[in-house]
Amino acid sequence: MTSRLIQQGLLTVFLAFSLPILANEPAAATPAVSPTAQPLFADVAIEARLTHLSRELRCVVCQNEALVDSPAELAGDMRQEIRDLMTAGKTDQEVLSFLTSRYGDFVLFRPPFKPVTYLLWVGPFVFLGFGVLVWFMALRARRTFKGAPVNSAQLAAAARLLEDKP
Amino acid sequence: MKRWLPLVFFMVLVGFFAKGLFLNPREVPSPFIGKAAPTFSLPVVGDAQTAFSPADMKGQIWMLNVWAPWCVSCRVEHKLLMALAESRTAPPIVGLNWKDKTREAEQLLARTGNPYVAVPDDLSGRVGIDWGVTGTPETYVIDRAGIVRLKHVGPIDMDVWLNKFVPKLKELGA
Repeated sequence: MTSRLIQQGLLTVFLAFSLPILANEPAAATPAVSPTAQPLFADVAIEARLTHLSRELRCVVCQNEALVDSPAELAGDMRQEIRDLMTAGKTDQEVLSFLTSRYGDFVLFRPPFKPVTYLLWVGPFVFLGFGVLVWFMALRARRTFKGAPVNSAQLAAAARLLEDKP
Repeated sequence: MKRWLPLVFFMVLVGFFAKGLFLNPREVPSPFIGKAAPTFSLPVVGDAQTAFSPADMKGQIWMLNVWAPWCVSCRVEHKLLMALAESRTAPPIVGLNWKDKTREAEQLLARTGNPYVAVPDDLSGRVGIDWGVTGTPETYVIDRAGIVRLKHVGPIDMDVWLNKFVPKLKELGA
């Protein structure tokens, strides 16, 4: 978690410092500047929101990859779609409902808590509870164990075995 | 009985895993089933002046086949689509040319035959996103009221056609 915060902090600092410098560069006066040095996106705040949000979204092509990382063409289109929605003033929640109304809850890495996902979310805790219950029952059985009944014939047999050294 | 309990538990788990192993992860349930088909208006391949909109198909059962000229499995299903279109055993098929060049689509259809009643040209792929398309080919069945009734991911073969599409079309009264 901390490393992610540091990462995000560094990115913000980097963007805050680098973009004004790049933006202030008079493009026409310095044709020697490589086109790759231009900012890749117009709005830093929207790009940060896009990056943040698309970490939580599944790429529908490479299904176990986040939308933010996916090199699939469709993922690029979807990022552009989200960028456009955000530029149009849509909130993160509106963007998410735009995507889930088209691709279903499948695009969310964190499925919402609703009747079909109750078992998914609660299941692990039910199993954990079951395990704890079995554990306690085993402990109690051990604590209340009084020892098996032994008769004198068995004791005599045990004594014989102990004496009978090789 | 008590000693068999873990085994029973284990076998139930194996049952779940075995089922999961044979599921197709590409078959994601579409949120559009039972909902109105997303609307759009796109120029058609071969005639940029004419626009196609799902509203044009209102009142009849139709199918939207999402394809692209580069897509190999689309070519596989193309033969079946041709046969269906020629024998008139299928509802009209609209072929959405998804994210590929208009010219390529035009040439391919001219060369291999055109099973579609219209080929709207989705160059940007935005209409595809509106329909929740994840790749080509994908086929939707839309009923007379404009409600999406079926989605199939992947090429249609005879087996899929007979066991998935035909029962649904019969149910819709095609």
